Amino acid sequence: MTTAPLDKVMPLGKTRLSHTAIFWIGFGAVMAVLIVAPLYLPEFWRRFLTEILIWGLLAMSSDLLIGFTGMVSFGHSAFFGLGMYGAAGALLAISPPNLWLAILFGLAGAAGAALFVAYFSTRLRDIYFAITTLIFSQIFYVIIFTWTSATGGENGLIFTRPHLYIPFIYDARFNSTTMHWFVLAVVTASYLILRRVTQSPFGMVLQSIRENEPRTRAIGYRVERYKMMSVMLSGLFAGLAGVLYAVQNEFAAPNFVYFLTSGDTVIFNVIGGIGTLVGPIVGAGFFQLARELLSRFFGDQFPYLIPLGIVFIVMIIFLPQGLLGFARRWLNR
Amino acid sequence: MDAVGHFFQAIPIDLIIIQTINGIVTGMILALIASGLTLIFGILDVVNFAHGELFMLGAYVGVIIITATGSFWLALIGSALVLAILGAALQIVTLRPLIGRDPLNTILATFGVSLVLQNYALWQFGPVSRKISEPMSSHFTLFYLEYPWYRIVIALLSAAIIGGFWLFLKYSRFGVWIRATAQDRVMAQAMGIPVPLVYTGVFAIGAAMAAASGVLFAPLTGVDASMGLDWVLKAFIVVVVGGMGNLGGSIAAAIFISLLESYAAIWLDPSQAVIVSFVVLILTLLFRPTGLFVSTPR
Repeated sequence: MTTAPLDKVMPLGKTRLSHTAIFWIGFGAVMAVLIVAPLYLPEFWRRFLTEILIWGLLAMSSDLLIGFTGMVSFGHSAFFGLGMYGAAGALLAISPPNLWLAILFGLAGAAGAALFVAYFSTRLRDIYFAITTLIFSQIFYVIIFTWTSATGGENGLIFTRPHLYIPFIYDARFNSTTMHWFVLAVVTASYLILRRVTQSPFGMVLQSIRENEPRTRAIGYRVERYKMMSVMLSGLFAGLAGVLYAVQNEFAAPNFVYFLTSGDTVIFNVIGGIGTLVGPIVGAGFFQLARELLSRFFGDQFPYLIPLGIVFIVMIIFLPQGLLGFARRWLNR
Repeated sequence: MDAVGHFFQAIPIDLIIIQTINGIVTGMILALIASGLTLIFGILDVVNFAHGELFMLGAYVGVIIITATGSFWLALIGSALVLAILGAALQIVTLRPLIGRDPLNTILATFGVSLVLQNYALWQFGPVSRKISEPMSSHFTLFYLEYPWYRIVIALLSAAIIGGFWLFLKYSRFGVWIRATAQDRVMAQAMGIPVPLVYTGVFAIGAAMAAASGVLFAPLTGVDASMGLDWVLKAFIVVVVGGMGNLGGSIAAAIFISLLESYAAIWLDPSQAVIVSFVVLILTLLFRPTGLFVSTPR
């Protein structure tokens, strides 16, 4: 039995907080800032922060695939869009409009899309997976764009926000502050669930697929099933982001189902740091903030995607682990 | 018997012949794009997301040269050369540092390139599509249509470029290098073939082929900054259906899918006819995931 010098294992005289304690203290601090922020921010930036959280949720859902299962999805716009249209359908068809039914319908829509995409594209690996997810998302785009009677075609659907309704406790119109808190609650819950999932035995299998798929199969795991599960799970959270976006902006539009949304999702992931779950939210914040500042500085017509695209390429070459990549192991422990 | 007779009478023979020709013409353009894409994939192991943007930029460069000189054929050659140089530069700057990394990195990098190029084109040339006239105005009569000869010329020229490229692969020294690298890059390197140069050259050739098809296609619908994505998606479908990295397969698949789409356009709205190629893709993935036109499933 080898023994390390005692003071290296357990430093004497200094009390050190455990990793868990530091994590939750940091978590609490960030949460406190995000809860208090809308009370001090002006209206525009309040909405801006809420949207960053929604985009962050979309990117985080995609991180489950990119960072943990090792599959890059270029089709997340389909799940996001189906969530959006599902919510819109529920809000328009059922009166009085109900927030929770909107979420349910949105999730059902996203789950349907995710089942379809997962069934076909998980037969393929790596780049083939990326391409087929892209093509499948375009199928949904074409359907939504051309099926004018149900989806409003190019014009999309417009509706009014439901009440924030919690049975027996609370029932009032959304204002931008309660909207922010609601979104924050959903995103935080999603983060905690996803974090739990990635640390569970199921998540370990996903990571082992990322590291070595043939070996995972040889050990006896049904790789295809795990992949389908991860695509479905990822699609559900992307759909949730779509529902939130629809409720926040009171519309569903076909250009959110278009490929560019999926592209943005991938960019958020790479900039923020894949495999960290919080990184994509940071990436979304960085991207949206840079976009806002660039267009304020150089005018609305400024092609902000040129400098941001160059930043993206440079990051892939020189900093592929992203802004939060240095903390990846620590965050996932 | 009567019902059968009615059924055959209901098929518009003239429309089918016209759509067959249309399908072959777009199929040849698609084949030209897809063969560059599949070549880059076969040699570099890179799925080039920016391929549609190279096609689009090639068309724009063609438009610029035509307005400057007035010669379509000069534009065709000039645009291919300009895009070959641009392609080589892009490969050296963005893809060479990624050799040996996870292939997913290269998809992301080419995706970034496509984003930059597309937004550059939008910013430089504006959202209004540019029209150029067909280089030859003669027509021939096809049933009730005045069918432009130019479309036939497109198909023939595309076939000639692909054929020339095949001869180049088969007989030139550089072509032999390319095939050797495709077979076994480590061995090729050991035999003294400059593999990094082959990579750059292959990317440049692929870009030039995309540019040539862009210029050929430009007179048909006009040029705008968003045309790249439509075509690269079609080319991706073709490449998957034809079998990744398989040149003959992607040419066959390009014509097959374009024919199906143009037949579907007889009965459907053109924007819905796209669904046909999606269905072909899904069926291929279900039953022959390695590609329809691959002789032995790997």
